[in-house]
Amino acid sequence: MIRFLLTKLLYLVPTFLGITLIAFGFVRVLPGDPVLLMAGERGLTPERHAELAAQLGFDRPMWAQYLEFLTRLLHGDLGNSLVTKKPVLAEFFALFPATLELAFVAIVIATVIGVPVGVLAAVKRGSWFDQVSMTAALVGFSMPIFWWGLLLIILFSGILQWTPVSGRISLLYFFPAQTGFMLIDSLLSGQKGAFSSALSHLILPSIVLATIPLAVIARQTRSAMLEVMGEDYVRTARAKGLPRARVVMVHALRNAMIPVITTIGLQVGVLMAGAILTETIFSWPGIGKWMIDSISRRDYPVVQSGLLLIAGLVMLVNLLVDLTYGLINPRIRHK
Amino acid sequence: MTDTTVKLSDAEIRAQMLRDFWYHFKQNKGAVAGLFVFILLVIAAVLAPLLAPHDPTEQFRDALLVPPVWAENGRAGFWLGTDAVGRDMLSRLIYGAQYSLFIGVVVVSIALSGGIFVGMIAGYFGGWIDNLIMRVMDVILAFPSLLLALVLVAILGPGLTNAMIAIAIVYQPHFARLARAAVMGEKEREYVTAARVAGAGNLRLMFKTILPNCLAPLIVQATLSFSSAVLDSAALGFLGMGAQPPASEWGTMLAEAREFILRAWWVVTFPGLAILISVLAINLMGDGLRDALDPKLKKS
Repeated sequence: MIRFLLTKLLYLVPTFLGITLIAFGFVRVLPGDPVLLMAGERGLTPERHAELAAQLGFDRPMWAQYLEFLTRLLHGDLGNSLVTKKPVLAEFFALFPATLELAFVAIVIATVIGVPVGVLAAVKRGSWFDQVSMTAALVGFSMPIFWWGLLLIILFSGILQWTPVSGRISLLYFFPAQTGFMLIDSLLSGQKGAFSSALSHLILPSIVLATIPLAVIARQTRSAMLEVMGEDYVRTARAKGLPRARVVMVHALRNAMIPVITTIGLQVGVLMAGAILTETIFSWPGIGKWMIDSISRRDYPVVQSGLLLIAGLVMLVNLLVDLTYGLINPRIRHK
Repeated sequence: MTDTTVKLSDAEIRAQMLRDFWYHFKQNKGAVAGLFVFILLVIAAVLAPLLAPHDPTEQFRDALLVPPVWAENGRAGFWLGTDAVGRDMLSRLIYGAQYSLFIGVVVVSIALSGGIFVGMIAGYFGGWIDNLIMRVMDVILAFPSLLLALVLVAILGPGLTNAMIAIAIVYQPHFARLARAAVMGEKEREYVTAARVAGAGNLRLMFKTILPNCLAPLIVQATLSFSSAVLDSAALGFLGMGAQPPASEWGTMLAEAREFILRAWWVVTFPGLAILISVLAINLMGDGLRDALDPKLKKS
């Protein structure tokens, strides 16, 4: 297992270096003077320009700049935002819990609904339930989620007035962030109604973000189940007289879950891309909205580091998925 | 004489393969429905100037935010209503089909040809070339596609062409991986060795001998990428980074409609519905193509 872990880690090194190269190169291939772009000052005198270039390291050879970039990165220094002047890393960690909370609730919704639907569709293959649920899954898979979010706002916020349109909690409530997760913080605050306000703000965005992963998980669970249901050991279990429910839940589902867990893990990239759209629609103050705002404000230090952090995050989760996979299935580990 | 017989049977084999394909494809009712909708889309795009009742950019100043014809206050000339500056929704949607199909075709062509090229080279030559190419592909795949496309558009500047290039770059690794895997499976087969012995060079072996036998998974992936390209370019348009107003691209239309979301449901509903229906139709077709072309990938 240690050996498996180390090989996996070793494989990540070139990918990670590639990611840093892209983030590093990004500012340098932008049209315009990188010093102006990264310093964000207007009307520079030539002296000030030279000073800034030296300060930001743009006067040195490219490889030296890259080494400097890597060194800083390893020390946790990702530069400062041009707009807020605060360290990018601090901003990232301030906003990340909002995205994490949204993504976590979304993936829970997607798994809790998607897996049973997939199992049932496979067990009752060809039934009306199978057909309806798989059609729905294909519709969900094809959904432009930015439009889906707007539709839900029209229905639930506009016509029914059940849910608020934007933000994480009503402005009536104020309490210090302890965990950064609004559902937990609102409970800890002890203020009446705070938790239900946080929940009502979270429900629509998380449904929107869950839509595509839900469809993918349901489809994947169904096909994985169908595959294992045809295996000899399932037939043997049935033949020796075990009840159908036990065969499905214990023998089949456990083996079908391996590819499903991988699928769930691989949704992280989908969730991050989805978060950009979902957070924009619902004004959810997370890193998706932070990235898109920074791109339109030309806050390049933020875009550069955000890109790096998000890709690093996706890579890390993929590694965890790989490791889980190796843990469950020894054949993968020893290949 | 013998030559003609051989040629004839070649054509016959092709016809038989097509018949086989169609037989398997039409087993899947959803795929046939998808194909039908897709053909309608192509017709709408090609015949847009004939089908659309109005010019998509013409502003009827006396008809701002007119609801669809069946709703209260709807007007006969504007079947699906008008937008905030009095442009006919139906005409804009019909012209929007041109954008979506164009985007799909361009993105898939670039991603497919680029991906096949680097994937074939990686798989055929192996060794360090393979390693280098595939690590670069891994790096591209490490980024969420929409995020990378957004950043590329930030570099290249917002606009339809740049959005298409960005999306194509992001999709290309999928094709490269498939092409590589297929080549690695095929290159040791006897027919390849035979062609090599007969004196075929590397390029001929790669693109003339091996490639036609690896097409099935690539075609399926192309269909899936086509629908993703329509979705992603609409998302970029929605975020203000894709086609720019007054283009009647569906995502861009949605972005313009956002502020009227609680006042005029039709300006929000129809462009999104158009995106959903097109993407769904193409995905249905993709499922059918996969079942018909590639029994190995077939969902049981």
